[in-house]
Amino acid sequence: MRIIVVLASFITISTFLTGCGGGDEKKTEGQGGVQGAPQSMVSDPVSYDPKRGEGKFTLESLALPATIDASMAGAGQSLAAVKCTSCHKTTTEKLVGPGWKGVTTRRAPDWIMNFITNPDPMIDKDPQVQAMLELCLVRMPNQSLTDTDARSILEFMRQNDAAK
Amino acid sequence: MKKNILTLAVGSLLVVSAFQSCKPKNSSNAVSGDAAAKTYVAPGKYDEMYNFVSGGFSGQMSCYGLPSGRLLRVIPVFAVDPEKGYGYSEETKPMLNTSHGFIPWDDLHHVQLSKTNGDADGRWVFANANNTPRLARIDLKTFRTAEIIELPNSAGNHSSPFLTENTEYVVAGTRFSVPSDNANGDVPINTYKQNFKGYLSFVGIGKEGQMDIAFQLECPGVNFDLSRAGKGKSHGWFFFSCYNTEQANTLLEVNASQKDKDFIMAVNWKKAEEYVKAGKGKKMPVKYAHNVYNESNHTATSEIRTEVLVLDTKELADICYMMPCPKSPHGCDVDPTGEYIVGSGKLAALIPVFSFDKMQKAIADKSFDGQYEGIPVLKYESVLYGEVKKPGLGPLHTEFDAKGNAYTSFFVSSEVVKWNIKDLKVLDRVPTFYSVGHLCVVGGDCRNPTGKYLIAYNKITKDRYLPTGPELAQSAQLFDISGDKMQMILDFPTIGEPHYAQAILADGIRKNQIKFFKIEDNKHPYVTKGEAESKVVREGNKVHVYMTCVRSHFAPDNIEGIKLGDEVYFHVTNLEQDWDVPHGFAMKGAINAELLIMPGETQTLKWVPDRVGISPFYCTDFCSALHQEMQGYVRVSPASSNVPIAFSLGTNLPKDEAAATK
Repeated sequence: MRIIVVLASFITISTFLTGCGGGDEKKTEGQGGVQGAPQSMVSDPVSYDPKRGEGKFTLESLALPATIDASMAGAGQSLAAVKCTSCHKTTTEKLVGPGWKGVTTRRAPDWIMNFITNPDPMIDKDPQVQAMLELCLVRMPNQSLTDTDARSILEFMRQNDAAK
Repeated sequence: MKKNILTLAVGSLLVVSAFQSCKPKNSSNAVSGDAAAKTYVAPGKYDEMYNFVSGGFSGQMSCYGLPSGRLLRVIPVFAVDPEKGYGYSEETKPMLNTSHGFIPWDDLHHVQLSKTNGDADGRWVFANANNTPRLARIDLKTFRTAEIIELPNSAGNHSSPFLTENTEYVVAGTRFSVPSDNANGDVPINTYKQNFKGYLSFVGIGKEGQMDIAFQLECPGVNFDLSRAGKGKSHGWFFFSCYNTEQANTLLEVNASQKDKDFIMAVNWKKAEEYVKAGKGKKMPVKYAHNVYNESNHTATSEIRTEVLVLDTKELADICYMMPCPKSPHGCDVDPTGEYIVGSGKLAALIPVFSFDKMQKAIADKSFDGQYEGIPVLKYESVLYGEVKKPGLGPLHTEFDAKGNAYTSFFVSSEVVKWNIKDLKVLDRVPTFYSVGHLCVVGGDCRNPTGKYLIAYNKITKDRYLPTGPELAQSAQLFDISGDKMQMILDFPTIGEPHYAQAILADGIRKNQIKFFKIEDNKHPYVTKGEAESKVVREGNKVHVYMTCVRSHFAPDNIEGIKLGDEVYFHVTNLEQDWDVPHGFAMKGAINAELLIMPGETQTLKWVPDRVGISPFYCTDFCSALHQEMQGYVRVSPASSNVPIAFSLGTNLPKDEAAATK
């Protein structure tokens, strides 16, 4: 009986020492952070801006010109063929994810850029994305886009929306 | 009631331990209360160290976390692994090619981490195949086997894959001496003394890790058992334990145990290099395979090489010297300073410790005790630093800490004994359960050992775990060696028979991990970069399916026009670009395993349909909520059929609906 008590108290102590987090404990990269719904329950929705999403891009930093850069859009189209169109059609039809037609009118360009380069935190926090997840049931994967890749894909989306 | 059961359990444990071992036990036998705290790694937290453990006759290497003893990965090396498609996919089959052809299995004995300045650097881990002699290099960026080289003129590569202190060479030795590959081997077995030779291979390692046999040393026919490189002052030397210096060819159990002393052979490999430069080597025609896995096209290639450079150690003076060592030595381990070489006679009741400085002097003074098959034998007294008296029974292997202590495993008396290298006094002993073989101190073969933990790899498991029929889990035991006394803190089961293992602090390896392969950089000849490029191409009776996968569908997923007699190659590219999203691919009736395709990778499954009908394929690795929908169909028609090749995704609508929409 005593052994059990001793063991239990050790486990309790060790849990206490390693388990409380915050405070003086440094969070090590990758440890304990898992993608998935539970994280959204602990995230702070107050600091989240649903207009621009979460990521490095802002409307100012993007400074989109009014006209569409056709060669950039062309590069975006080829990239999308490898990394995106397995799940997204360029029409309004939903495949795995929603169709792209109209996306640049539904969402702000900085939101799009942030979402395609930084999907996991936004899936955890963005109410509209969470609503979309209930329809699609597949978390949009991080396809490891560079900033330039993402910008080209955005240009392709703009071109796609401009076309009648 | 609970108390009674506990008392009973403790009581029966004590009784069992008392029965199991012949040595008197002290209180260190009991696991003390803080063991749980010392080995507990909370959910979501990482272990402090990686432990690379030989998988013995499983042919694989396993990787555990320390101190938790959690199994992190089984790395396929010398044996096929259907779980990962290793040895089954077209890309990985060449890895297991040899001069004998494709061999699906071997016996992986020892592991060694690559070194810089005598310390483990976390770039690669090497392994040896004991049956069909080979060396493997595993890349620790991917935890995959990157290269395998076969060793000619060898049989039973046991004294391997030990490395020089800057990873200049990895060595391989022959445990079973045999006639050389190009000699007429059709000789009576009892002409061992006349016809059998022992070859030691020095395999050079390039900057990217690539292995190339630099030279072989032709040595007397004996059994070469284990080896270690010198370090620090003894860098430039290698030490090989030899047994069966009786040169017996039958009933070795008796006939190879006749002599009071066998040898540890000291090899001056810098001298050998000089002979190579001076053109003293002889090119010998042989045949061996060299297999390399290329992560840029995700494909292995196998090349058969036909020549090896051999130095005759009988003719070329000053390469090899024999140091007499009692009773069939097994381990020969070099301490962190490079001065002391510890020999472990399997049947001895003492441990001789040799001095490198004394050996150098004995060679200079020609303090010889005759010759063995043309190799000078140094006088035992002239090379001996001292003997550890009465350490235990059946010493096998020794590792070191940073405080001048050695830890030796004893098979017969089933214990680990800690002793001081300078005064050769025994400091502590702990029982193992049961009959320890190899042991590992973290960094215990390095110039700067990490210490902290010792792991005993036991040969017998018996009653340590819930019984599972006649075949039991293999067993390892973790000891805390940070204090004066060793303390057992954990048992954990292992795969195969764990021979040697090494451990390293996690940080050096963790930060280098490749999380996925960039699809842009995929140079596989059958890559499909995007669904638009997916297709099915017939070339005679060979059909190539260029297929993609993404959560959660294959493209194409409807394929028709396959005929009996066709060989179908599914080249499946995983389009995902995120960590931990592999897709699997399995085909009904394929006489093959599955594919497991990492993000950005292409892998190929060969399928030869054996009947007419519809054959489904599906994703085996749960990938999303719609994983159960990730499937497809192939229609197989008779050989004489003229159903055309057709493939699609999402457009092959039900026949009646298609008609209705027209």
